[in-house]
Order: sequence, then C-alpha cells, then structure tokens
Amino acid sequence: MFAAMDRIPILRMGDFLLVTIQLDMHDQLASALQDDLTTKIAEANAKGVLIDISSLDIVDSFIGRMLATTSAMARVLGAETVVVGMQPAVAITLVELGLDLSGVHTALDVEKGMEMLRNRISLPELGNTDVRF
Amino acid sequence: MTTSIANVLVSQRNEILQEWMRQQLSSETMRADLVSEADLRTESDRFLEVLSRAVQSGNFNDIHAPEYKPVLEMLERFSRSRGLQGFSPSETATFVFSFKQPIFDAFRKSGDMDPAGHIENIWAANLLIDKLGLYTTEIYQQSREEVIRRQQEEMLELSTPVMEIWEGILALPLIGTLDSARTSVAMETLLQTIVETRSELAIIDITGVPTVDTLVAQHLLKTVAAARLMGADCVISGIRPQIAQTMVHLQIDLSEVVTKATLAEALRFALKRSGRATLTKNPKE
Amino acid sequence: MSDFEIIPVVESKDIVAVRHAVRQQAVKIKFSLVDQTKIVTAASELARNMFVYAGGGEVTLEVLQEDARHGLRARFVDKGPGIANIDLALRDGFTTGRGLGLGLGGAKRLVNEFSIESTPGKGTRVTITRWR
Repeated sequence: MFAAMDRIPILRMGDFLLVTIQLDMHDQLASALQDDLTTKIAEANAKGVLIDISSLDIVDSFIGRMLATTSAMARVLGAETVVVGMQPAVAITLVELGLDLSGVHTALDVEKGMEMLRNRISLPELGNTDVRF
Repeated sequence: MTTSIANVLVSQRNEILQEWMRQQLSSETMRADLVSEADLRTESDRFLEVLSRAVQSGNFNDIHAPEYKPVLEMLERFSRSRGLQGFSPSETATFVFSFKQPIFDAFRKSGDMDPAGHIENIWAANLLIDKLGLYTTEIYQQSREEVIRRQQEEMLELSTPVMEIWEGILALPLIGTLDSARTSVAMETLLQTIVETRSELAIIDITGVPTVDTLVAQHLLKTVAAARLMGADCVISGIRPQIAQTMVHLQIDLSEVVTKATLAEALRFALKRSGRATLTKNPKE
Repeated sequence: MSDFEIIPVVESKDIVAVRHAVRQQAVKIKFSLVDQTKIVTAASELARNMFVYAGGGEVTLEVLQEDARHGLRARFVDKGPGIANIDLALRDGFTTGRGLGLGLGGAKRLVNEFSIESTPGKGTRVTITRWR
C-alpha cells in the first residue's frame, strides 16, 4: 500500500503488519517509514509488527533509533514489534557502537518472528525481550 | 662519465638483454617448469625499458625517487607474482642480481673509458642493482606474509568447530588459551552458523579454557549481545570457580547472561526451553 | 601511492552516498565483511554529524598502503560551529541537540585510528582509519 512514491510498502497480514526493508534507506525514508507504520498500526488496529531487515547490510544509529522508537510507539498503540533477520556483521557492529536497543524484540526470520508474536511469551530465564549490551 | 650507465642501456640494449637471458636460463635457479623462456624474455625486456628510462635522470642512488616508480611497480608485480607461483626468494631475486654481469660486460665493451671512470660506473651500477634486488626480496616477503596470514585465518576458521548438537541448538566448545584473534573468528563463525542453521540457541562452552582475561570476556559478552540482536540466545557453560573469580575481579557483568556449570546442564536447559523434555529422540518421530 | 575520492555532503541523501563510496573502497581493499560494516557505519555516523550539526561538509577517502598493510582513511571536514569540549563529546550519551548525541564515541570504537580537531566558530575535522 503506497502512500506516495519512494516510500517503503507495508503489508497487512491479518492482525500483523509486515515491512521488508530492502534498500539502503536515507534518513527521510526512514522517518517516513516510522510515520507510516504508526499511522497504519492505528488504522488497522494491528497487534503486531514485523520489520524484516535481513537485506540491510548497514544499520547505523539513526536507523537503530528508528527501530527502537517505532517499537516503543507501536507498544503504546497496543502492538508488539519484532525486528527480524539482522545480519551478523551488522549485529557485531551495533554492539560495538553501543546503541541501546533494549525493548526491541528480535527473531531470526519472519517465520520465527510471527511465532513470537502469536505466542507473546516472555521467557523466564532467557528474556529475548531485552536487547542490551 | 656518470651518464654512461644510461648510455650503455640504450646503445647496447639488445646485447645486454641477450646476455642477461643467457645468465638467467643457465642459472640453477631457473624454473623452466614455472615460467617459459618467452615470458621471461618479455619480463626482462620490460625491466630494461623502465630501468633505462629511470637512469636517464642521472639518479643512480635513490630508488624511491619518482623516476624509479615504474621500475618499482614492475618489480612489485613481478615479485608478488613469483611468490604466488611458488618461486623461492632466491629464485625471485636472481632476476635482478643476474643483471649485474651483463651490465659490467657492457661497460667493458664500450671501451672508451679510463680505469677510474670504469670502476666508478661498475660501483654505481652494483649499488643500484643491489638496492633493486633487495627491494624485490622485501616485496616477496611481504606477499608471502600475506599468504601466510590468509592461510592462518582459514585454519582458525577450521579449528573453531561450531556444532549443531540438536535441531536449533548450537554448541561451540572453546579449547585452550584464547587470544583475541582466535576468539573473534570463533565468535563470527558462531553468529554466521546461527543464521545458516536458524538456531535460536547457542551454547558456548569454556570448560577447556584455563584462563579468561578481560579482552576474551568482553568478546564473549559482545557475542552474546550480537546473537540477541539477531534473535538467538547464548548460554555460557563450563565456567570453573577460578574463572568465575577472575571475572568478578575484572568486574565483568554476567547478570544478563545465562550460565551453566557444564555443557550437559546447558543442553538440558536448552532442550527444556525449546519444548523438548527429553534428551533422547522419540523413535516414532 | 594514494587514491583520493571526495564526496560532498550537502543534503541528507549524501549520507547514503558516503556509505556506498566507503563500502566500495573497503571491498576493493578486501576488508572482511565485519570490518567493512564497521567502517561504513562509522562513516555514516560522522557524515550525519557533519550534516546535522554543521549543515554539511566534505568527506575525503584515501586508500593507504604502508609496507604490507592496506587501509582506508576517511576525513570529515566541515565549516560548522565546532565542538567546544571534545572530551565531553567523546563520552557516550553526550548530547547537545535534540537527544541524538554526537555518536563520536561509538564511531571511535569501530575504527583503528581516530583523531578530531575542532575550533569553535571555525569548523571540525575528524579523521578515521581502518587497517585490514
């Protein structure tokens, strides 16, 4: 569903929204995505959001913060967000960068992310709810 | 007087090339199995050309001056390629050092010099060729070092086995003293394997590690954090009392990481977490 | 033996151009994937800083070769307001603006060499280097 050209499409899958980020986003595109997602969550009364970043070979602090902010805003609107598919090199770099991504759920891929959203289990000993270094 | 090196390289170019080829082909270090006569001739001719141009400047000393750039570049390409092909250092250096005799012969043949001038020319040429020969050897060593480094990295990757011990559960037993490089490679391999096998849990076992210093501990913690960002969790097992003490002393914060005393306990934990109650697979499944 | 590449940063889309240019060079020098990602990310942070705090500037990429080592050096030069207290700025979490922080500390951790010169009122120059 495009609002305008050069915006990242958001797919609706029942109660969930799926976004696949496939290109190196410039800052404005990232901000637009954040706006579009929050609008759509409210519109669709979505319960979950999946953000697939498996094609991203760079996640810098701007995009990282966008993911964290989107996640927080979605939660306020009653939806949980799962970021899926982070590449190893990106994960290693983000840890080194020291970005605080606590509060962002993560999963290996869309399928597992979906499962996580369906279960909405907060695991007692291994909390995959806090991503903190 | 000092321009005669430049002169002979121009006036006796062909004779020098012939004599030089003869020297190289008859040398013990000639590797006819690795290079053809035709190719060698082309290379030698090319060297003569760039050297000839360089010495026109009158500089026979400073091989790092701009006029020698093409010479050095040629020798660099030559030396790297020889190294990669498997030539030994002396086989490679022979190319340059065997150039001396033909030059000295050429001086003699030019005939119209006084003895003092003749000796001066030989000496200057000798020094120049030595410098070029040494440069060739240095480059050779550098490229060999690169090859060795790459081979070491490949070996490191092979020697850090990440095992899939159950569906979706990986184990990485670290053994021996860990240095920063080895730990980095092991951790990167682990993360890569997590993606490839879609495993949500990785057990890093350090039973076989005698000591853990700050750097290694930080690597471990960073790996755990990176795995979480990717959507997987890590358990560190095999922390012996001494290591536990060291970590506390170093103020390494393990409060966010699940730790188990043994690999077996870690596996039991992992299986419970993934919903499988027993260690034995149900034959009916 | 140096190659230089200059990328002007004028609008926010140029930050992506900087990322791509650094990535290209890093691939050419044969950095490992992790090292590539680190320097591209550092460059992205610094290019954005330049754009956000100084309104833009210039990025210069230089391929380095010292003996057997290959490296990539990136210089970020702007004519912005400068940084009054560099030590403070290098500390994580320090912010002067809208809660975004300068990200200098993070970028510093991603590279092997990091230097910064800044004169309030004149501008800032940050140089980062990553060796293979």
